Amino acid sequence: MKPEQKTVLVPRHSLMTRLTHWINAICLGVLLLSGLQIFNAWPNLYWGQVGADSDHAFLSIGASHGQGAPQGVLRVGDATIPTTGVLGVSSVDGQAVERAFPAWLTLPSFQDLAEGRRWHFFFAWCFVVNGAAYLAYSLLSGHLRRDLVPARAQLAPGHLWHEIVAHARLRFPKGEAARRYNVLQKLSYLGVAVVLLPVMVLTGLTMSPGMNAVAPFLLDLFGGRQSARAIHFITASLLVLFVLVHLAMVLLSGVWNNLRSMITGRYAIEESTIHHD
Amino acid sequence: MTDKHITRRRFLLGGALGAGAMALAGCDAGADSKTGKLLRSAESLTMSAQRRLQGRQALAREYTEADISPRFRVNGTSMPDSQVYADLLGKRFVDWRLKVDGLVAKPMEFSLAALKLMPARTQITRHDCVEGWSAIGKWTGVPLAEILRATGLLPTARYAVFHCADELETTLDGSGRYYESIDLVDAFHPQTILAYGMNGKDLSVGHGAPLRLRVERQLGYKQAKYLMRIQLVDSLKDFWGGNGGYWEDRGYEWYAGI
Repeated sequence: MKPEQKTVLVPRHSLMTRLTHWINAICLGVLLLSGLQIFNAWPNLYWGQVGADSDHAFLSIGASHGQGAPQGVLRVGDATIPTTGVLGVSSVDGQAVERAFPAWLTLPSFQDLAEGRRWHFFFAWCFVVNGAAYLAYSLLSGHLRRDLVPARAQLAPGHLWHEIVAHARLRFPKGEAARRYNVLQKLSYLGVAVVLLPVMVLTGLTMSPGMNAVAPFLLDLFGGRQSARAIHFITASLLVLFVLVHLAMVLLSGVWNNLRSMITGRYAIEESTIHHD
Repeated sequence: MTDKHITRRRFLLGGALGAGAMALAGCDAGADSKTGKLLRSAESLTMSAQRRLQGRQALAREYTEADISPRFRVNGTSMPDSQVYADLLGKRFVDWRLKVDGLVAKPMEFSLAALKLMPARTQITRHDCVEGWSAIGKWTGVPLAEILRATGLLPTARYAVFHCADELETTLDGSGRYYESIDLVDAFHPQTILAYGMNGKDLSVGHGAPLRLRVERQLGYKQAKYLMRIQLVDSLKDFWGGNGGYWEDRGYEWYAGI
């Protein structure tokens, strides 16, 4: 008898998960870029119901006009961070232009709030329909409970710490352990699917005066329209952070295997088999 | 088995990338392109969804005196640049008349004094600019429904078009003149008022003296200032760009509830 390593393809992601994952990726990309276009029309964030020129913005992106060419600055609280070239002042066709986010980060690239809104709201509908389909499927099929909700043992501090250290050392689960999501994957996917993305939808709706008449409690939930706008921006930033870490993990833990699993549904794992001679 | 997998993978990947590329290829496409039209289809979806959820009577939030913004931003025109307006302002609007005509049973004209004698409504509401800022103000005025009850409506009337005294863009053909429109659902909404007062005083020039529209469930650009005439119509096609408003003709949504 001797153990032998064998690669097997195991079913990883259902068709519904794969389909909604990619549609979601496209929607979030368009929503982010058109969202930055919309932000550029008024690049200041406030807390509370209101906020306009005389009110205190806790974050603003702008240009300072001292001597010489305007300089791009990001102001957060009392801090002023020079950001010329990226935020506040950036180059459009070789010309330095005053705009909060640069042309390569906005949709459309040139300043056009009306068109940015059209992209944003069309893809917001796609995103909501897709997300609702995913959540309904995940609840009904048991995907949420079976694959995403961590088991009690996984949440033990010792286990959590072990996983964090292993990830930091870029040691990813192999063999049998790779069949299921590890606890860090579960928590981050669950956090994105049931917390961050729903918060994006709700804060987005809170900014709509039409929806304020339908659901005034949303204004109270988020502390006002301008607070909702700020939370929308902050949550979007957290999603960008998630995507960066997600892409890094995909690259580091076997990019082709991960991509295949999200496209064909099959994931390769190394399996030890025992042969009886 | 492997071949089949590759084909299926290529197909799925191709589909995902194709949709992304399509989205990006149309990036800088104008409103009239195919992409522009597709994107615009979301507007009617938004409007029908919000209208269904709102019903006719759902109210915009009303705030308290303490919430009123100490400084309410003056946006768009701050002083209409015309001799007609200057003359009206010079005489404190005693010669100003609001003309209400079009598909009404009885065309009428209202002086500012006459409007102030009509039933009034005061509301403290939040003004949300499409750009992203908000301010709270107290508005006093006549419900538009009162005016329309006085004039009566012909059965074909579908929209109220608001003609303003200001030109936001100076053009040779006059297409830079500000105008707006709402449908009858909003026209008869209890919070839709023609405001002559703001924060307990007469409306200032910067905020649209002598009269401005308040449609509280929509964005700032619907709140037309410097009202001169309200025309009841069955279609918005015949006005300037045909989209029902100054900003609408420049690409913004006619339904500004979002």
